[in-house]
Amino acid sequence: MTEIIKPGNDEQVFTTTVDEFLAWGKENSLFYLLFATACCGIELMQTGGPRYDVDRLGMIPRATPRQADLMIIAGTITHKMASRVRTLWEQMTEPRWVVSMGSCANSGGPFSKYSYSVLNGVDKYIPVDVYIPGCPPRPEALIDGVMALRERVRKYRTVGIRDKDPHVVQGADCAFGSHPGKASSLELGASSPQGPKA
Amino acid sequence: MSSDLAIESAGGERMRINMGPHHPATHGVLRLIVECDGEIVSSATPDHGYLHRSIEKIGECVEWPMFVPYTDRVDYVCAMNANLAYCVAVEKLLATDKTTAVQVPRRAEVIRVIVAELNRISSHLVAVGAMSMDLGAYTPFLHGIAQREGVNDIFEKLCGQRLTYNYITIGGVGFDLHTGAVEEIESFLAQFEKEMIRFNKLITTNTIFRDRCAGIAVISAAEAVAYGLVGPNLRGSGVDWDIRRDEPYGIYGELGVRVPVGQGYAGRTGKVGDCYDRFIVRLLEINESVRLIRAALKLLPPAAEKPADPVGGFQADVAKALRKPPKGEIRVRTEAPRGEMGYVIVSDGTKTPYRVRCRTGSFTACSIFNKLMKGIFLADIVTVIGSFDIVVPEIDR
Repeated sequence: MTEIIKPGNDEQVFTTTVDEFLAWGKENSLFYLLFATACCGIELMQTGGPRYDVDRLGMIPRATPRQADLMIIAGTITHKMASRVRTLWEQMTEPRWVVSMGSCANSGGPFSKYSYSVLNGVDKYIPVDVYIPGCPPRPEALIDGVMALRERVRKYRTVGIRDKDPHVVQGADCAFGSHPGKASSLELGASSPQGPKA
Repeated sequence: MSSDLAIESAGGERMRINMGPHHPATHGVLRLIVECDGEIVSSATPDHGYLHRSIEKIGECVEWPMFVPYTDRVDYVCAMNANLAYCVAVEKLLATDKTTAVQVPRRAEVIRVIVAELNRISSHLVAVGAMSMDLGAYTPFLHGIAQREGVNDIFEKLCGQRLTYNYITIGGVGFDLHTGAVEEIESFLAQFEKEMIRFNKLITTNTIFRDRCAGIAVISAAEAVAYGLVGPNLRGSGVDWDIRRDEPYGIYGELGVRVPVGQGYAGRTGKVGDCYDRFIVRLLEINESVRLIRAALKLLPPAAEKPADPVGGFQADVAKALRKPPKGEIRVRTEAPRGEMGYVIVSDGTKTPYRVRCRTGSFTACSIFNKLMKGIFLADIVTVIGSFDIVVPEIDR
């Protein structure tokens, strides 16, 4: 919303561009795919529950990928599951957004070293926009990641630029199991909560 | 037999439907290959392995105490019970040799029962909530999640985690109860009991819900035993068996666990061992857990100065014993919310286990799926899956 003109009485008139109005709408209706594989799925469920209530951000779970804008990878992805995740992602309509929730989806997490069946990072199969560290991340961390994603959605809808660099949610425990690609921004205390380029 | 007749009458044409691995009602990544004739299911074959994380293999690579966080991930809905099963097994192994035997402090034993039963409540809340959500009632699920947050708050103060606790350790528990924990638990239980009355009014006595569950997927007692069903699924069929009472571990022997069994609660249309019985048995177990927590709180000895104190401590010193444990093979079974959680541990006397094998309830529950789903309606599949309360990493591990 660019300008507010008060013509008198109690009426208010907003002037804006179509792009900004659409961006505002898209940003506030990020429907997410109801897709949970492991432990983080319970935390995702509780984020949708009454206390954290992501419905207030316009996030409503969708059972089919064709109706979803956002895919939250909540949990471990194994080699057997990876091709199915790719299929689900391909079924989503553009522009599609991906949030990688938890250490397992980021990097394999506690299973990265010894397990023979776990995919070390879902970003080997699909592009990821936001990484959320934690095992599992708190609902607050997930909401923080979603807020960062909303900024990206707004930027893409108004300016037309889609950020290539993934955003990493920074928190007190970001040293554990974070995405290795952003090593420089992961130093404790030296980070801005908004991420590098958001 | 009825399903075979139906297929013949339709000319033998069948349709094959893939249910999962991504399906909102399969509780994760379970895949069912369903063959159906119109609306009638003729076979449903589970396909596993979409969440096989090789946890048992990891058990052979890490040291004894380092495996405890992985047991959280075997069953994350009731991580405390999963911790407990492994720790009881390792303690039993250490007890086979006099030099390594550890005495778990009395206070730690009581805390273990309190947290395990609290986790049983929160696990059953997810089970009954998710089952009602699968059948189209979304509100009870939200009520269940709201109460689960209460348990999570207590656990978060206790050990800093909301889901994967890593709290129960070999030889005791990780931390002592925090200040004011007893009052917090008591006040939670008081409001929880009131909330459960509301929950039951909302869904348990709801005619639509009851009629959708009554008489569906009936399992007789003999069948339940033959297919290796455990926990509430077994008790739903009327089999009076609970490890906490019949082979007690920890201090369960002193508490006098009362075991609810299925009795055809749905009334006229219900049979013993149908989906509604399994649902009700979980709700009755929640009540029993509330009683057990209150009884355990009365037994809680006051805290001592030293952590390793045999009465008031919370953690026995096991570091030396775990460096050189005795050789041998140990089997232990405990009662988790989804039934027996058993561990078979083989030790070769080194600081890493030789083999860790866990036996979980959801895996055997899948063996009866194909038999149960023959001849039921396609829409009843979600009822059956919901009533078994399966958790996929328990199947795949």
